[in-house]
Amino acid sequence: MKVTVDEDKCCGAGTCVLVAPDVFDQRDEDGIVMLLDEAPAADQHDAVREAASVCPAAAILVAEA
Amino acid sequence: MSLPASVLVVGASAGGLSTTEALRRKGFDGRITLLGGERHLPYDRPPLSKQVLSGAWEPDRAQLRPEPVLQALDAEFVLGDPAAGLDAASRTVRTASGRLLEADAIVIATGVRARTLPGQGELAGVHTVRTLDDAVALRAELAASRRLVVVGDGVLGAEVAATGRGLGLDVTLAGPQSVPMESQFGPWAGGLLGEFHAEHGVGLRLGTGVSGLVAESGRVSGVRLETGQELPADVVVVAIGGVPATDWLAGSGLTCENGVVCDDRCRAADGIWAVGDVARWHHRGLDAPLRLENRTNATQQGLAVASNILGADAPYSPVPYFWTDQYDAKVMVHGVVPAGAEAEVVDGDVASRRFVALFRSHGVARGVLGWNMPKQTRLHRREVADVLTPATV
Ligand SMILES: Cc1cc2nc3c(=O)[nH]c(=O)nc-3n(C[C@H](O)[C@H](O)[C@H](O)COP(=O)(O)OP(=O)(O)OC[C@H]3O[C@@H](n4cnc5c(N)ncnc54)[C@H](O)[C@@H]3O)c2cc1C
Ligand code: SF4
Repeated sequence: MKVTVDEDKCCGAGTCVLVAPDVFDQRDEDGIVMLLDEAPAADQHDAVREAASVCPAAAILVAEA
Repeated sequence: MSLPASVLVVGASAGGLSTTEALRRKGFDGRITLLGGERHLPYDRPPLSKQVLSGAWEPDRAQLRPEPVLQALDAEFVLGDPAAGLDAASRTVRTASGRLLEADAIVIATGVRARTLPGQGELAGVHTVRTLDDAVALRAELAASRRLVVVGDGVLGAEVAATGRGLGLDVTLAGPQSVPMESQFGPWAGGLLGEFHAEHGVGLRLGTGVSGLVAESGRVSGVRLETGQELPADVVVVAIGGVPATDWLAGSGLTCENGVVCDDRCRAADGIWAVGDVARWHHRGLDAPLRLENRTNATQQGLAVASNILGADAPYSPVPYFWTDQYDAKVMVHGVVPAGAEAEVVDGDVASRRFVALFRSHGVARGVLGWNMPKQTRLHRREVADVLTPATV
């Protein structure tokens, strides 16, 4: 799995961090998403897929390997 | 109830798409059909009053998912053919073109349509902003206009005013509240927002309703306030809220009162569910019926309904959340700001317009509002969540 984020779309909701805190965080200064792990381990995949789906700005793209 | 073999989702936008994605993620391999009234593939609405209206984004950037991602869902999209009727007992939807679509489970995700002023439909130069086509049409007209009057002091009106100023228009914002977004932000933060707009040069005509539109030979020329004053305009945006899109459910037997009325599982009837702006369900934490018009709710409710379709039988009791972008400010609320709540600044500094405020009613934290501090705001969300999401099932 490969994860990418579109900072320009991100609205700083932080929903992704609530769902998958090991993969996403937010910058302190403006709340924009920070990708902690662009190739997360298998045990994170369900959480990452959910984060991509619930992101209210459609800013997370998941490419399944 | 046995698990359904087929699901029909009516409304192909944020809520409908989220339901579909969640069904697939959870392993549902039956037939899924998404019926959409618009001809577009699912797109996102928040950018319509912001990046799309300002021209920072081309309209197709608002599309919710790239086409390969939609294809991988293995769902059938039937677009440009609105649902015209529902037979709840047989779970059959009839479309405007006469199609009959039947499924074991039906998800209603038709959102809201923009409320309009009397006579608006016959006049050129008056716009609402609900669809991508609306935003593109308004963008073209703003480019050729000088004076914009926005009718409506809620979130959409405030955003359109900000975007209009960004485009260099002369903007007036009119509405009945004493400060913009008072019902969502409360009087204190709404007051800060009003000052912010005034500093950016928006003329605020608040605290008085709008009595009607003024026209000259078929085109709007201004807005008349209840005080009798007239605000001249080249273009008018009407942002006075939404009406749940339930007309097509007349005669279906479902209860529609300010939305599709649902139980705490978001179920409207056996095998029929509602999601997003159109759904009015019973929120356990608030112990009251609730209908939310915000983006996060549409996706989260879609996820909850997908789980319940697959047998989870769990109540949906989210912490409401929305954000708005105006000028360089990103303001967000987790929970609610009840009337009369007391505000305490818990982080940052109001004067520098970077702060987090906690709102309490009778000593209980009910909402957290952040101004340009998204991460810190989220960190305070828990205080609100503990109250709103009791561990009841
Ligand atoms: C301009 C604008 C800006 C916004 N900004 C923000 C923001 O900054 N933050 C935030 O939290 N929220 C924002 N929102 C709200 C957010 O976009 C909505 O809450 C969200 O789109 C709701 O999703 P939904 O799927 O329930 O409904 P909708 O997105 O309204 O989708 C409903 C779909 O159903 C279709 N439909 C209607 N009737 C029928 C029918 N009979 N048959 C078939 N299809 C039908 C419609 O064409 C539409 O595509 C904004 C909304 C708008 C309009
Ligand atoms: S959920 Fe989406 S919008 Fe929110 S912080 Fe994460 S990437 Fe950004």
